[in-house]
Amino acid sequence: MNNTPGKIRIATTSLAGCFGCHMSILDIDEKIIDLVELVEFDRTPLTDIKEIGECDIGIIEGAVANSENVEVLQEFRKHCKTVVAIGACALNGGIPAMRNHYSLEECLKESYVDGMGLDKPLIPSDPELPMILNEVHPVQDVVKVDYVLPGCPPTADMIWDALTALIEGREPSFSLDEVRYD
Amino acid sequence: MPTFTLDQQTIEYNPGDTIMEAASRAGIYIPHLCYHPEFTPHGSCRVCVVSVNGRYVSSCTTPASENLDVTNISEAVQQHRKQLLEMLFVEGNHVCPACEKSGACTLQSVAEFCGMLSPTFSFQYPNRPVDASHPDYMLDYNRCINCELCVRASRDVDGKSIFGLSGRGHEAHLVVNSEDGLLGSSNFDKNDRAASICPVGVILPKHQGFNKPIGKRLFDETPINEQMVEPQR
Amino acid sequence: MSAATVEAINNIIDNNHDPDYLLQHLIEIQHHFHYIPEIAIGALAQTTGFSETHIQSVVAFYSFLSLEYQGDYRILFSDNFTDRIDHNQQLKTLLEDKVKDASVYIGMTSCTGLCDQGPGLLVNGLAINDLDDQRVEEIAALILNKEPVSNWPVHLFAIRDNIQRSDIQLQQESSGGEGLAKALSLGPDQTLSVVDASGLRGRGGAGFKTATKWSFCKQHQSDQHFVVCNADEGEPGTFKDRILLNTYAEEVIEGMTICASVIGASKGLIYLRGEYRYLLEALQGTMQKLRSENKLGNNILGQNGFDFDVEIHLGAGAYICGEESSLIESLEGKRGIPRIRPPFPVQQGYKNKPTVVNNVETFWSVAHILRQGADWFNQAGTEASPGTRLLSISGDCERPGIYEYPFGMTLTEILKDCGGAGAQAIQMAGAAGTTVLAKDFARQLSFEDLATGGSFMVIGSQRDLMDLLDNFATFFRHESCGFCTPCRVGTLLIEEIIQRFNHKQGSEVDLEQLQRIAQIMQETSFCGLGSTAPTAFIDALNQSPELFTERMGHDIDNPVFDLEQATRDYKRITQ
Repeated sequence: MNNTPGKIRIATTSLAGCFGCHMSILDIDEKIIDLVELVEFDRTPLTDIKEIGECDIGIIEGAVANSENVEVLQEFRKHCKTVVAIGACALNGGIPAMRNHYSLEECLKESYVDGMGLDKPLIPSDPELPMILNEVHPVQDVVKVDYVLPGCPPTADMIWDALTALIEGREPSFSLDEVRYD
Repeated sequence: MPTFTLDQQTIEYNPGDTIMEAASRAGIYIPHLCYHPEFTPHGSCRVCVVSVNGRYVSSCTTPASENLDVTNISEAVQQHRKQLLEMLFVEGNHVCPACEKSGACTLQSVAEFCGMLSPTFSFQYPNRPVDASHPDYMLDYNRCINCELCVRASRDVDGKSIFGLSGRGHEAHLVVNSEDGLLGSSNFDKNDRAASICPVGVILPKHQGFNKPIGKRLFDETPINEQMVEPQR
Repeated sequence: MSAATVEAINNIIDNNHDPDYLLQHLIEIQHHFHYIPEIAIGALAQTTGFSETHIQSVVAFYSFLSLEYQGDYRILFSDNFTDRIDHNQQLKTLLEDKVKDASVYIGMTSCTGLCDQGPGLLVNGLAINDLDDQRVEEIAALILNKEPVSNWPVHLFAIRDNIQRSDIQLQQESSGGEGLAKALSLGPDQTLSVVDASGLRGRGGAGFKTATKWSFCKQHQSDQHFVVCNADEGEPGTFKDRILLNTYAEEVIEGMTICASVIGASKGLIYLRGEYRYLLEALQGTMQKLRSENKLGNNILGQNGFDFDVEIHLGAGAYICGEESSLIESLEGKRGIPRIRPPFPVQQGYKNKPTVVNNVETFWSVAHILRQGADWFNQAGTEASPGTRLLSISGDCERPGIYEYPFGMTLTEILKDCGGAGAQAIQMAGAAGTTVLAKDFARQLSFEDLATGGSFMVIGSQRDLMDLLDNFATFFRHESCGFCTPCRVGTLLIEEIIQRFNHKQGSEVDLEQLQRIAQIMQETSFCGLGSTAPTAFIDALNQSPELFTERMGHDIDNPVFDLEQATRDYKRITQ
């Protein structure tokens, strides 16, 4: 990938999330055309680039639930000047963290051993698979987060407002009715 | 009538009023959780903190007096409230997207009003089981903030003392006064005052979850600071 | 349930159905059975009218009460910093190893007030001092022999006063009631004037002027007034009330009686911390003696119509009950949650009647002041802090114990006396107090400079101050009453952060949060526990930032995330 001078480079990733926050990013609709004038996407699920390069902004959706999530998140922190965590899962663990009330063993047994309709009950443990963490963590447990956008998902308008502010070098700020946790 | 100053406004008060009572009468919103005009002040949540002559006090327990210079809405006061709200959020399990009270939750609405984007403290993820034993109501302890409004409502209005607080420190928790500790074994009734007092999503009616669409819920249309009377839940 | 159990419970309740005695009954039931049997909860619900849930919630508030049978011996090792430097943890492990199969519960508890002769422990509520391997082995043998604690050899319980320095007050002969006689001859107003002229300030720590407190209470019209002696000496490192109650109880009760004569009280209460239960019997003996000498009871010392008597209520392991409004709640048999103030106890205290709550030492000083006069007292000390006071000195010094000093002494002088040369710091006023580093040892003991409720812990140069902070963080997390948000959650979060630093896993994020949490606790807590709990951490951060900065992970900007630890369960499950 060539870096176009003058353009802000953005990377995004979805950790343990539902991709809803990324849907919300796409929801900025035709404004995305304006955005592309200003920014260039590095690693994102939208470009399918696998390795992250040096970026200005890294956007994180989702909670941290396995070893791969940790690795990706730490890579983002290393390569992005500004890290923005978006959505309930990234901010507070969200729905994925509701498994924290159970032991990992209980969760895995329920899914892979005792659950309904299992052909060959077996807890997967291939070394190729990421290791599942004892507990699900919010992004802030693993890396320092510079900005947060709450919501499940944050609205497209909020994402747009925050991105344009950051691109223009302003502090993002939100009106009272923009801030929601659901 | 004697007066004091709140955010440069002159507020009249009756002797015996707290700052909160006088401000409410004057139509001024001071964010709060454990305070409720129907009940004796509690002073536990600290969210109604205001700055008085440079010191922070809870407005629900501090008597109004002549010459008080009260700051209710300022960057510093809102910052203080935000820290307290963050603490309440990380202490329990407040999963707004999965909560039926979302949109009608005072904790959520106050936090949004005070400018909390997300808690920064370390999430505790306590393990608190749900009590679904009662035919009409359920208790989701994950969201309890120990405000004791249900304790007061059940004791002072319903005359039942169904709820209480047990334990100490961070282990302090809501309990139900029944033989096995379950709501279903108590004489709790859906018409009790305690059934409709919970400011968060602990005491919830069954069979009507998510009955109002987003956009139509209690605080969607009128934010909490504009609801001049105590919201009916 | 056997008939004997029922009988024992009934004997304890003894037809006293007053709900205020709920906690006292629970304490005696615990003492008898080493737990609270379910049947006792039922019996108390019947007699007091409280729900069983309410009674259980009271039990759950106090550390020394337990709803579960945990064994015939309940052993709690004192866990103050001074106990830790004397290896209480190793001694606990030793005992655990020795008595593995016995019917025994072994746990930790907050400072038991034996810091000058520690480590200490409580066995079924009774205090043992001077623990070492040999004594622990002796205790283990008694447990394995199933010897009831009442048969244990007395030398295990031989707690010493350990007075190292006496000044004008400790040098006095026993007062013999002269102070009280003087007060009665002067009358209430003049007695108050003497206390006022002495300049005596409360010895619990806050330093409120005693005469002012009494006069507020006196002015408050009511059919009843109460005198309460705060003997809940819970601030870690404080043990001076222990010796006053042990050896000078007559003067303490005399001081209470003088107060009663001033404010017009007929009843006094001593709230004795559960850790000092071993003093109970002797105290009751002292009261009996005073009654026989007409210094308690009706028409005291022949003064017609002056009736006053004192009752002892025990605490049950809750630091918060040293706060006067929590103490009153606890006296009324409830969970020790502080009250909204105003009204203050002098307006509405015990049973909502005007109540003076003073520290043990305050009452003791009052007796001497009345006997010797205000001038005798305030010739010592400084202008703003008249008189002398008792210090409980412990930690890294050659001669720990009780020291009486006039206010105004410098820490350097005090350290010289107790053999604490080379100390890196003094922890003044306990866990909630101030950490004074060696460079500031020229500062002085006084309300205007360094106030203390009596605790003076010497921290030697060989100690790691982070261990001190770790001890305090656990203490406050355990002792927060949980009523208000900042203290309940803040103490929990601070402990987590301190432990991260202690494991060299801190980061800038943690430091920033620690400061934010501390500030919010200081400025918005409901009572003094929450507002003072962060002091030691902030003192350390301001005075010795390297304590923290040297314990950060390799990437100080980001939190330390231990992937190895975080995948431990998965590896175990899938191995």
